[in-house]
Amino acid sequence: MKKTFDKLLRKNEFYIFLVIIVVGLAIQFRSGQFFASNNLVDIFSAMIVPHLFGLGLFMIIVTGGIDISFPAIASLSCYITTKVMIDTNFNGSILVPLIMAGAIGWILGMLNGFLVVKFNFPALIITLGTQSIFRGINQGVLGAVQLPILPETMAKFGLEPLFKVVNRTSGLTSVMPIAAIIWVLAIVFVFLVMRFTMFGRGIYATGGNEVSAERAGFNVKKIKFLIYSFNGLLASIGGFIYFCRMGQYEPTNLIGMEMTIIAGVILGGTALTGGKGSLFGVFIGTFLMVLVDNSLILLGVPSFWKTFATGLLILIGVGISALQVKRASNRYGKSS
Amino acid sequence: MPISARVFLIDTRVAQQYCHGKGVFMESCLKVVDVYKSFGAVKALNGINLEIRKGEIHCLAGENGCGKSTLIKIISGIYQLDSGHIELAGKQYTQIAPIESIMNGVQVIYQDLSIFPNLPVFENIAFNSELAKKKKLVNRKELRSIAQAAVEKIDFKVDMDALMGDLSVADKQLVAISRALINDAKLIIMDEPTTALTKREVSSLFKTIRDLQQRGISILFVSHKLNEVFEISDRFTILRNGENAYSGTTGELDENKFAYYMTGREFAYETFAPLKLSEKPVLEVSKLSLNNVFQDINFSLYKGEILGITGLLGSGRTELALSLFGAVKEIDGDIRVNGKKVKLRKIRHAIQNGIGYVPEDRLSEGLFLQQSIGENIIISKIDQLTNKVKILNKKLRKAEIEKWVKNLAIATPNPSNAVTTLSGGNQQRVVLAKWLSRNLDVLILNGPTVGVDIASKYDIHQILKKLAAEQMGLIVISDDIPEILRLCNRILIMKDGRLTGEFQQGDVTEKEISDLLLAGI
Repeated sequence: MKKTFDKLLRKNEFYIFLVIIVVGLAIQFRSGQFFASNNLVDIFSAMIVPHLFGLGLFMIIVTGGIDISFPAIASLSCYITTKVMIDTNFNGSILVPLIMAGAIGWILGMLNGFLVVKFNFPALIITLGTQSIFRGINQGVLGAVQLPILPETMAKFGLEPLFKVVNRTSGLTSVMPIAAIIWVLAIVFVFLVMRFTMFGRGIYATGGNEVSAERAGFNVKKIKFLIYSFNGLLASIGGFIYFCRMGQYEPTNLIGMEMTIIAGVILGGTALTGGKGSLFGVFIGTFLMVLVDNSLILLGVPSFWKTFATGLLILIGVGISALQVKRASNRYGKSS
Repeated sequence: MPISARVFLIDTRVAQQYCHGKGVFMESCLKVVDVYKSFGAVKALNGINLEIRKGEIHCLAGENGCGKSTLIKIISGIYQLDSGHIELAGKQYTQIAPIESIMNGVQVIYQDLSIFPNLPVFENIAFNSELAKKKKLVNRKELRSIAQAAVEKIDFKVDMDALMGDLSVADKQLVAISRALINDAKLIIMDEPTTALTKREVSSLFKTIRDLQQRGISILFVSHKLNEVFEISDRFTILRNGENAYSGTTGELDENKFAYYMTGREFAYETFAPLKLSEKPVLEVSKLSLNNVFQDINFSLYKGEILGITGLLGSGRTELALSLFGAVKEIDGDIRVNGKKVKLRKIRHAIQNGIGYVPEDRLSEGLFLQQSIGENIIISKIDQLTNKVKILNKKLRKAEIEKWVKNLAIATPNPSNAVTTLSGGNQQRVVLAKWLSRNLDVLILNGPTVGVDIASKYDIHQILKKLAAEQMGLIVISDDIPEILRLCNRILIMKDGRLTGEFQQGDVTEKEISDLLLAGI
């Protein structure tokens, strides 16, 4: 019993969970709105996009890599897709633009993967570079501007509810969009891959020790190439859902989002050094970021404090990780 | 072929099979024939031959850069050879892929053990074979049973769900050995497996190796530690500069030959005899104690002598050295330097009293790795190399650096190169230079030649003897008993926090010391 408790205390997830409960209770106390059904639906629906981004990034960080170009990938692939749909007066199935955006994202992700595998530079530098390139192509070469009116299929996809919840006291309605289905499918897919395939175990192995992984027979290059590509796919699908729900396209909207997403993943206990992290951790880490983003206003905190709170959370998250590394090395020191 | 000739052939083969002393078959398990390999203009292997027989423990020795690792990588298929061939299970290969090598029962345990510290033990063990079977999905039950079967082969008990990173080095090694045994290994290559192990762990590793030998598995044991070569191997091969220096049975090897084949140099091994000892001791220690670590330590050190302190890991030897260097605060007892009672509560106090310390782990405690060789040399004298307004005097600095590079023969083209560009032996000289520039009375050296090759070890010994001749008092702490016997004129035995014996050089043998150290364990 004590052992399981000790184990729990070593996990970031545990502390994040506590913080979520504290923040939740504070909001509940202050406004009585936190546990209202519509507020929960609001938070979960706000999680769809960040968590989709986080899922792909999670796999990359577990291998010991990083990708900060995903908002740029999302912006570029969604602009091309939306523009083509508008220009062709498209009015068919939503699957067509969805697949098109995904495919463009996949190809852009492949470029990241190729550069990381081929040149073995730090992924941070590579994706910093590709981020600028993607942005440059989008706003420079293609001249992306705001597209205030989306094609009808996309607009409809953004608004269509999976279910609605009405708060009886306030009369507010909250909508869980149909896109949540894609979100759930992605979670299940990543879960199955990470836990039940040799490919997924290879992701952890690569993050633990790349040379050992190669010697054991994992195709490390293939693993990396595929997860960077997959991250591109998830990023553009996340972006697609984001713009559809917004009801318009705006090329600069996602800029800067990478930091919040990385913070969510790290807060959930994924080690930046690779090899360690859980899907549950990514979930609650992202949940906390979204919670802060959405609910501080319910606490009566002015909205400009949001960035402050976000920064604070990043520091806390990194601090906890650093503390754990220190504690872990103490443990190793004793045993050897 | 005439009948008589055929009979003769069979006879010699049978004779060959049984002629080895331990009843081991003479059939060969691996042959490396005339192998050449170069990387660009660098010739790494220059016509290497190596034969490993079935069920033997074969040592591969050689200094750093002699081609050991290249040879291993050729056998395991990671590098392709330029010319020559290797024979495995009677088949000749001029090109061999890693997977073919594994299929032929060759398993390499690398120095870093190739483990995943972030994953549980069972995955660490079973990944290789699952991947070899081209499995796509994870079957945890199967992984567990593979891993369980593997550890049972060497009677190794371990928690299958423990994270690999939480295991001790010795246990990690046993995991790596278990993993190697899964694929029906015939030859296990171990690349310097004893580097991070304590003495006791080494002997238990050797027991495991002998068990493997009993099962007919051949072991290629890579090491440059002489005592290990003697203890474990049946035969040995020594490489030097990418060529065969010598091969033979271990019985015909002695220390001098070993050193000669490793380095190509003849060493005059003479024991140290102090020229002149000071009348009064330079350092007196009485009733020195540190809670739960050591008690009631009494000894004196005279100028001009080299005093050896030997003890096992955990005997308190390192803590004693640190206490004399002012790095441990909570000590009780008296320390006198040149007859004057001193308080060594800070490292600065020790340095002011003329005491220097060369730590056990020079990489983490003795050197500023990012800095240049020169900066490392002058660091402890930097306060004296300044001009009137306390700004560093470049001329003095340069002269000081040049002096020590020359005096200690530090092999570098340019002292402003990073200290990491040096070999272990030369790094140790830099650590020495750092202290010598301060004109110390007492220098304490903790494991001065750990991880240093034979030639440098010899040179460092010569330097220490010279320092003693120049009337410095030296304390050498080492568990390398031959080193202590050769280098020191007086030897103290430390056990469980107490000094349990004192010998003059020549009054005691290696065996006697080692018996004393291990008594009651």
